Amino acid sequence: MVNQLLFLYCAVVIIGTGLVAVRAKNPVYSVLSVMVLFFHMAGLYLLLNAEFLAAIQIIVYAGAILVLYLFVLFLVSLRQEVKIERFIASHGVSTVVSVCLGACLLAIIPSFKLGAKGQYPVERIEQLTHTKAMGLELYSNFILPFEIAGLILLIAVIGGLVLARNEKEVNE
Amino acid sequence: MNMPFTLSTLVPVLPEIFLACMATILIVVDFLCPRNREMLAQLALFSAFGVIFFLFYQEPGLAFGTMFIADSYSVFFKVICLFGMLMTTLLSGQYLKVEQIRQGEYYSLMTFSVVGMMFMVSAADLIVVYLGLELMALSIYCLVGLLKSDARANEASIKYFLMGSFSSAILLYGITLLYGLTGTTDFAGIAKYCSETDILKNPALLTGFVLILCGFFFKVGAAPFHFWSPDIYQGSPTSITAFMSVAPKAAGFAVIGRFLLMAFPESHEQWGSLLVIISLLSMAVGNIIAISQQNVKRMLAYSSIAHAGYALLGILAGTSEGYSATMSYLLIYGFMNMGAFGVVILMCSKGNRRESLEDYKGLAKSNPMAALLMLIFMFSLTGIPPTAGFVGKFYLLKAALAAGYTWTVIIAVIFSAISAYFYLRVIRYMYMDEPQDEFITQYSPGLTAALVISAVGVLGIGILPGSIFDWAARSLVCF
Repeated sequence: MVNQLLFLYCAVVIIGTGLVAVRAKNPVYSVLSVMVLFFHMAGLYLLLNAEFLAAIQIIVYAGAILVLYLFVLFLVSLRQEVKIERFIASHGVSTVVSVCLGACLLAIIPSFKLGAKGQYPVERIEQLTHTKAMGLELYSNFILPFEIAGLILLIAVIGGLVLARNEKEVNE
Repeated sequence: MNMPFTLSTLVPVLPEIFLACMATILIVVDFLCPRNREMLAQLALFSAFGVIFFLFYQEPGLAFGTMFIADSYSVFFKVICLFGMLMTTLLSGQYLKVEQIRQGEYYSLMTFSVVGMMFMVSAADLIVVYLGLELMALSIYCLVGLLKSDARANEASIKYFLMGSFSSAILLYGITLLYGLTGTTDFAGIAKYCSETDILKNPALLTGFVLILCGFFFKVGAAPFHFWSPDIYQGSPTSITAFMSVAPKAAGFAVIGRFLLMAFPESHEQWGSLLVIISLLSMAVGNIIAISQQNVKRMLAYSSIAHAGYALLGILAGTSEGYSATMSYLLIYGFMNMGAFGVVILMCSKGNRRESLEDYKGLAKSNPMAALLMLIFMFSLTGIPPTAGFVGKFYLLKAALAAGYTWTVIIAVIFSAISAYFYLRVIRYMYMDEPQDEFITQYSPGLTAALVISAVGVLGIGILPGSIFDWAARSLVCF
């Protein structure tokens, strides 16, 4: 019961802050609400006995990535860019479509039932500890996705450099 | 579950590992000899050739449990993707010089995106599919934005990035639904769970299934998920447009095929009718809107939407005949589209891109060779014999007809007839009008090779279609 209440609290806050992050005109508000969102995500992970993920969520996302966002906001002058016209004229149509899609996605929730249980029920994870279980899985059965994710990060670095580099220096 | 790990278990993944290494080496080479840009292209060509050669001699096998399958089906699609890379590399040399794109990372990013496609094609697990797709997409987002001083290129890059992220999110949501309902992300595992329980009728499962397909349809540019393609095709560097229209599309179709065949083989009735709608809508949108386009790259973008619709005809048939028709069509499409974009690059000179249809007026008088080549590729895209486009379309329609989709086939033929208008209009401009400005096309060795390969491919497959279709049919044995 307590768990369910905690879950409900986290879920509601996540949805609320998510909406604020998208709708806020001031980007600083967006970033700060995303930070609150990340902390509640960590709360959800804790409810699932995934303490390692919760720690990573706070250290990497809330700690590192959001600070980076804030730095970007400091460096970019946003005064002019906040007030821009809508890009799309047919805003009404897209609202209708997205509301319908949202209604569909909500309507299917009652018919959702959990499928087959994996090899890691709560007892097994408590016995192994979550960090160890995740490490074992990540470096054995899921080594291929792990390596591809590494390549993706490499691309992100290269791509960032390519797009940010000053063209004139290259040409000289 | 935990298999002992030895180096021999990596053998099926060797082509991917080799290509990823080459992509990394390309960056280092660029850093060590910044003056020698030709070498990068040669290295990229060498690696694409090497991997194609290796793939033909590879034993089929599994790696990483059942996550990665190297079978003849994946080989066929990998060859299409590598062929796309090969042709793009040939086309790029001249284009990069004209547009003064000098980033050495160009070839490296392209190679990385092909690595992502190869993982997608071989994946038998939704996690690997997703990660391969992201690897492919991230590299292409960067490539699209390479013309940094061009506002259209910037727009294209940002648009593609944003829309791609949305489609990824939709795909991921579908994957989580499917995972929650079945407890597995493995294709075979999903099929097994669905056959053991009565979950196939569950609305949540259907929603997850449809969301995943939406993500894939976005990648292949089928309507109504096509809104990105005209702007992005027009804005990106032409060589990258050529690459985007062939390789990621083939990879997307490979994933759609494997997902439907391996995970949901029993519910063909449901996804068959869904694909009919998508396919017809793509043909309608692509062929009708293309008529009003004045820019060649935009016209080819709409044409590629329409061709995604044609290629879906084979998959919706759900028969092995249909699948092999789609596979061969994607290869044929690679030949003819690479050729058409080759001519677009040929027209391009410093400071004047000549991308508008007006620029093609009287091309037959000023540059008869370029006009003749464009004629061949336009005929093939329309589907006029004796070109490859005709045979490809013929087999697709035949497969859909054999599976009982008579009305779909009739409408497809009508749309195909409509498409003749805008393809043949290019030819009319080239042959019936007077030239507007005199210019001399320059043929670099790479561009010449690419054009010759495409023309020979289009005419060769058109006259002797047997070998390609046999190969595609043989590749399907693994299912």
